[in-house]
Amino acid sequence: MLDFGLVTNYLPYMVDATWITLMLTLYSTVIGLTLGLVVALMKISKFKVLSLIADFYLWIIRGTPMLVQLFLVYFGLPQLGIELSPFVSAVIALGINAAAYIAEIYRSGIISISKGQMEAAESLGMGYFLKMRKVVLPQALRVSIPSLGNQAIMMLKDSSLASLVTISELLMVSQRYAATNYAFIEFYLVAAGFYLALTSVFTFILNRVERRISVSEL
Amino acid sequence: MVKELEVELEMQRPDIHEVSEPIIQVRNLEKCFGDLQVLKGINLTVNKGEVVALLGSSGSGKSTLLRCLNHLETITSGEITIDNIELNHSKKNISIIKREVGMVFQQFNLFPHMTVLENIVVGPIFVLKEDRKKAEAEAMILLEKIGLTEKKDYYPKKLSGGQQQRVAIARALAMKPKVMLFDEPTSSLDPELVGEVLNVMKQVAAAGMTMIVVTHEISFAKEVADRVIFMSDGKVEEEGHPNQVLVNPKSSKLASFLRIVKSE
Repeated sequence: MLDFGLVTNYLPYMVDATWITLMLTLYSTVIGLTLGLVVALMKISKFKVLSLIADFYLWIIRGTPMLVQLFLVYFGLPQLGIELSPFVSAVIALGINAAAYIAEIYRSGIISISKGQMEAAESLGMGYFLKMRKVVLPQALRVSIPSLGNQAIMMLKDSSLASLVTISELLMVSQRYAATNYAFIEFYLVAAGFYLALTSVFTFILNRVERRISVSEL
Repeated sequence: MVKELEVELEMQRPDIHEVSEPIIQVRNLEKCFGDLQVLKGINLTVNKGEVVALLGSSGSGKSTLLRCLNHLETITSGEITIDNIELNHSKKNISIIKREVGMVFQQFNLFPHMTVLENIVVGPIFVLKEDRKKAEAEAMILLEKIGLTEKKDYYPKKLSGGQQQRVAIARALAMKPKVMLFDEPTSSLDPELVGEVLNVMKQVAAAGMTMIVVTHEISFAKEVADRVIFMSDGKVEEEGHPNQVLVNPKSSKLASFLRIVKSE
């Protein structure tokens, strides 16, 4: 009844689609990690205005569905004369969304660093950026790695939402072939397998990184 | 009167105090945390090369005074001048003073993600913009002085408390400060490790460094300090040469403080 032989004909296309899924995830992760750092630093800033802006950002992004955010970027922006390709729209929407969660991960990492570390850096004459770069963030990142890894896995799975803005990523392609061949179980199971393979690779890499850090120091 | 006495006592230690030029001047320093006034008008002058031991029971304001001197606490009112630079709101002044004043903490506060050597060179390289080779060569000289050359590639976690504190002293010295502040440097150490840290501090003092040491080590104060300042309730209660102040205290508060510390 099930015919996985059917899927093999489409495997090369599914591999291509998996590649697009991976790229979506990587680009949006880079945006998330960068923007998230800015938001985290704003939130813990002693300047009230900056921390209020950060609060507002977190409130909006975490309080609304990611799909709505994606639709606003992809369908909404053209109305304002800003036309972005589906891929760029998805990367931006996924990145902006992830940044909110990543900011909170960074922030909890930063506040876990003892006040004494900050004071030691300051008494060596380090200014704000140097103190952050050499002392606070390297330690905060180490603390944050497990949660960041978790976030990366969630983003990989969330990238499937991009199928709804016409991107030929893994889910979109599987859906198309499943429907034309009337072989839903086969194609969706294979798609799930691809996702699982990617998340497994992520997990493996993260475990290695974590172990490396824990044996070397801290 | 106190001034005259000081001059007299300085004469007895001719080595480094021939030129008694003030390097730290504190005038009417007050510090409040909310409604709580911790420092109630401190006046203090420390000369170049002088070693001052700051005593007092907990809550007397001694640590706060020390922390005000390198801007870890902002002062409520009064004036602090270090090496002719006033510690005011000027960002430039603050950063110069922070570079010129080294600080050693009770909890060591070494950077756990850096090796011993990296801990020592990070300031010189990134703050003083020194060449890495030069900074490392100088760090190795410091490591030799504190007797930890072979530990240079260790992470702080692998060191004993005493070793960590010696590295923390080296890290502060690497910035070539003009003043070194020690905030209870031996208070969180096991008793058998106190000596090695005090020895390094004696070495630093002998090299002519201006030092202010918040401590409970009376014997160290007696042996190394040029002057002892006893603080109580946010004020300087008594000060003078250790042989005088620690042996024949005038204030009853200091007398009872000394009794308690000695009996510990």
